[in-house]
Amino acid sequence: MSEDALARVVREHAGRLTASLVSLLGDFAAAEDLVQDAIETALRRWPAEGVPERPDAWLLTVARRRGLDVLRRESNYRAKLARLTRPEPAAADDRLRLIFTCCHPALSRAAQIALTLRVVCGLSTAQIAAAFLVPESTVAQRITRAKRKIGEAGIPYRVPSQEELPGRLGEVLAVIYLLFNEGYLSSTAERSQARDLVDDAEWLAALLANLMPKEPEAAGLLALIRLHRARGAARFDAEGRLVLLADQDRSLWDRQAIEDATRLLTRAARAHRRPGPYQVQAAIVACHAEAAGFADTDWAQILVLYDMLLHLAPSPVTRLHRAVAVRYTRGPRAALAELEGLGPPLQRYALYHATRAELLRDLGRREEARRADERALDLTANPAQQALLERRLRWD
Amino acid sequence: MFVETEEFARQLEEMGELEQQAAYAAVGRWFAEHADKITHHTHLAPVHTATTVRLDGAEPLITDGPFVEGKEVVSGFAEVEVADLDEALRLARSWPACPIVEIRPAS
Repeated sequence: MSEDALARVVREHAGRLTASLVSLLGDFAAAEDLVQDAIETALRRWPAEGVPERPDAWLLTVARRRGLDVLRRESNYRAKLARLTRPEPAAADDRLRLIFTCCHPALSRAAQIALTLRVVCGLSTAQIAAAFLVPESTVAQRITRAKRKIGEAGIPYRVPSQEELPGRLGEVLAVIYLLFNEGYLSSTAERSQARDLVDDAEWLAALLANLMPKEPEAAGLLALIRLHRARGAARFDAEGRLVLLADQDRSLWDRQAIEDATRLLTRAARAHRRPGPYQVQAAIVACHAEAAGFADTDWAQILVLYDMLLHLAPSPVTRLHRAVAVRYTRGPRAALAELEGLGPPLQRYALYHATRAELLRDLGRREEARRADERALDLTANPAQQALLERRLRWD
Repeated sequence: MFVETEEFARQLEEMGELEQQAAYAAVGRWFAEHADKITHHTHLAPVHTATTVRLDGAEPLITDGPFVEGKEVVSGFAEVEVADLDEALRLARSWPACPIVEIRPAS
């Protein structure tokens, strides 16, 4: 059985099991420890023994046995665990509470991400460490600290109330989106050994959209991730080099996936009429995805969407992307003017310098373009982006 | 814990008497509104009155000023009885005075 398939089975059950144990024990940290322990046992034994017919019951049995062992001295837990013989019927999906607890704003972003991956998706500390290229001890420490804070600072285990929801949902969406970006940008054509974070991000977004059908931003994020993934095969050439949107072979795009994601987005937008940054970003990607060729791109529409996005969530990075749409509607000189003023906040952002280089090259200012590309090269740690910039500098 | 910034102290100083009274009244209203949750509260005198004793050397060392010299100073604290962090955050969000509030569990 492949590692991927194993991870998928674990992911389906880990969050549910943690959720029911938290409810039962009233102790987030204790429940999480027991589930992690059961998952580690499963990852050790399933590859050889095969996945049991009822993975949830199997995991629960291991967690319970381990719990009775570890919590021997705490008669309170012990009595509760002893009552638990079969997986709780999933009447209401408790994983939503789990997600909101893991993404509480009182936790640092890094802790929110690590905790969500471990508690909701069932990743081990080692898998998280490998995916983010940080030492395992760093991840372990982050998780321990976060769990301690949940207990000691009194972070509640629940879905926030209606008046708090918009802000708190934003926090959850940001965690999932960051996870997606991390996986998407660091991925290469040859599948790396690390866990596919993109897959986890899509799974989380789908779970959230499913559990919160009244929140169009959850559907928007899911559509955004799926639209990006649908074009994944064309992002790299046979040698594993990054291919720019303009040069991508669009026959490699998954048209069916694009159509499905666009429909999901349209349906959510029409049903709720509450536009938000994720729906608008998805709409921008959909515009690109629907164009038959690069020359057919509806840049005027994309520009309108960027204006909307800036209105909903102003940010220098969005203004940078908007400048690209300006280049194709009003020309490179106007686009370069748009970049004025973005220099200070984006000084350390490789894409700012790379975009500037392209515009300068359009205007025939080659020496300045070269310097901007070199600056971009200095700033990016991503090998595929580095290779692309190096090629460009060589041709110049 | 209520934390004042230099900016906030300056704004308070520059206010007219009426404005200052209104600001104090808002604080008074906040305490009255949440009286059922506030078990205790203390306002500290300005930081220029602070004296610090350091006991980690061979001899106790007494210095003029707060334990950290900074642009932000603790100006008071309130002890509240709440169910969880979210309830404490709701209270803190409605605080009408100084611009920073630090929340910590107490035993």
